[in-house]
Amino acid sequence: MAKVPGLVKGLGVTLGTLFETVTKGANTVQYPHEKESPPTRARGVIALHEGNCTSCMLCARSCPDWCIYIEGHKELAPPRREGGKPRQVNKLDRFDIDYALCMYCGICVEVCPFDALFWSPEYEYSEPRIADLLHDKAKLGEWMETVPEAPELESGAEKKKK
Amino acid sequence: MIGTLASQLGLLGGLLAVEIPYWGQSLLRVLGGAVAVLLPAGTIVYVFLFKMMSFMQSRLGPMEAGPYGSLQLVAEVGKWLQKEDIVPERADARIFKMAPIVVLVSTFLLVAVVPFGPDAWFTNFEVGIFYALAVSSLSVLGILMAGWASANKYSLLGGLRAAGQLIAYELPMVLAVVGVVIQAGTMNLQEIVVAQNAGSIFGFSGLGNPFILTQFVGFAVFMVAIQAELTQAPFDMPIAESELVSGYMTEYSGFRFLIFFIGEFATAGVFSLLASVLFLGGWGLPFAWFGWTDIDSVDNWMNLVGPVIMITKMMLVAFIIMWVRFSSPRLREDQLQRFAWKVLIPVSLGNIAVTSIFKVVM
Repeated sequence: MAKVPGLVKGLGVTLGTLFETVTKGANTVQYPHEKESPPTRARGVIALHEGNCTSCMLCARSCPDWCIYIEGHKELAPPRREGGKPRQVNKLDRFDIDYALCMYCGICVEVCPFDALFWSPEYEYSEPRIADLLHDKAKLGEWMETVPEAPELESGAEKKKK
Repeated sequence: MIGTLASQLGLLGGLLAVEIPYWGQSLLRVLGGAVAVLLPAGTIVYVFLFKMMSFMQSRLGPMEAGPYGSLQLVAEVGKWLQKEDIVPERADARIFKMAPIVVLVSTFLLVAVVPFGPDAWFTNFEVGIFYALAVSSLSVLGILMAGWASANKYSLLGGLRAAGQLIAYELPMVLAVVGVVIQAGTMNLQEIVVAQNAGSIFGFSGLGNPFILTQFVGFAVFMVAIQAELTQAPFDMPIAESELVSGYMTEYSGFRFLIFFIGEFATAGVFSLLASVLFLGGWGLPFAWFGWTDIDSVDNWMNLVGPVIMITKMMLVAFIIMWVRFSSPRLREDQLQRFAWKVLIPVSLGNIAVTSIFKVVM
């Protein structure tokens, strides 16, 4: 008998939610027809800013799934100052992320010392073939367009030296 | 829904301008029975299981198959029919295959005595409610067969639980109905409907005498008992998915699972029909509104309006069943048995005693 008020209360909750859904609409979104915009820091896909990458391999080595494939070679670039030695630079040949393996831990983004990897909130890149989930350098570069602007630094924060 | 009374044949013959032969009547009855079982089942599944449950969880439910997902059930049936009919290697194949059909047949047998109008019934059975309660326990056999023949420990446990539960709750259900039978003075469902609509409460006949008012205790016990008979939450231990996978349905797939599924909701529909016949006045409106006094003076149009009233009341009762189902957590096995034997049966026995005293005194 002591349980009756609780049971009635439960019935009230479900009936209340029923009326709320009918009058005000559901909490859910009918996905393919309408989309929820994910928060700006959502982990959707990883984008590559190729110009910043030095093929240092830190991301590939820190990846728990070993899903980042990097190949590069060294090239000689013209010297910075007149009369100097030609500089040696790393040239990126291949940068692939296999999203069939990626577990979205974000360690590669954290570990990159040159700001070459970014999180993008874009999430619609499923493929009918699993092999197509291997995103190459060009495709990873395209995701850069979807990366949101970095938020303003806090006042008093140390500015990046350049 | 086509009865065999002469006036009904006259009505139908007048519409079709033909005399319906006996085989035609039988065909119509079979078709009517299929409609009376499958239509409520489909409606309950869509309106309550798909939509109402979703709304109660603040989501929309199926929206893609047909307008507002109304063809979802058709899609699901199509999916189930495509699936392989798997029989476990060690199962008792013949019994295993028969079990869901036994369950569904008990539902079809049940609807045979439900009256839908003054002349719209399948059989006008003198001990209709007795028959209905008897065949409703046939489904226990089907469930035990399924549980035993599956050769699966979960199925066996589920089947045994179901048998224990259905037998335990059969008693309060029968005893709750006895109160109605005493008050109406008949076991014929048609006459129970007439007794409610032609009756009066202390001389006031504006509402008739729907037994939900004068037999409220019986109604409450009956509703709890059918909730358990239908193995709907909070009484869904036999199919408890978190402890028994799916109980006696664990090994079933394809169209045999579909039969169990349809059987579950068709039985919910038929029990709702029975509840509305026994307690809510069935197909009738209070006879005093139209100056009718007994079944013979009821106008012919009630044969068309009656089924609509019945379906409305069925939806109301099914709403309560499903509402409680979606709102309640599952009871424990011992709590379930204790509730049946220690609460419901004494209450319904007390109800019988009080009803009989009133019947004799008044």
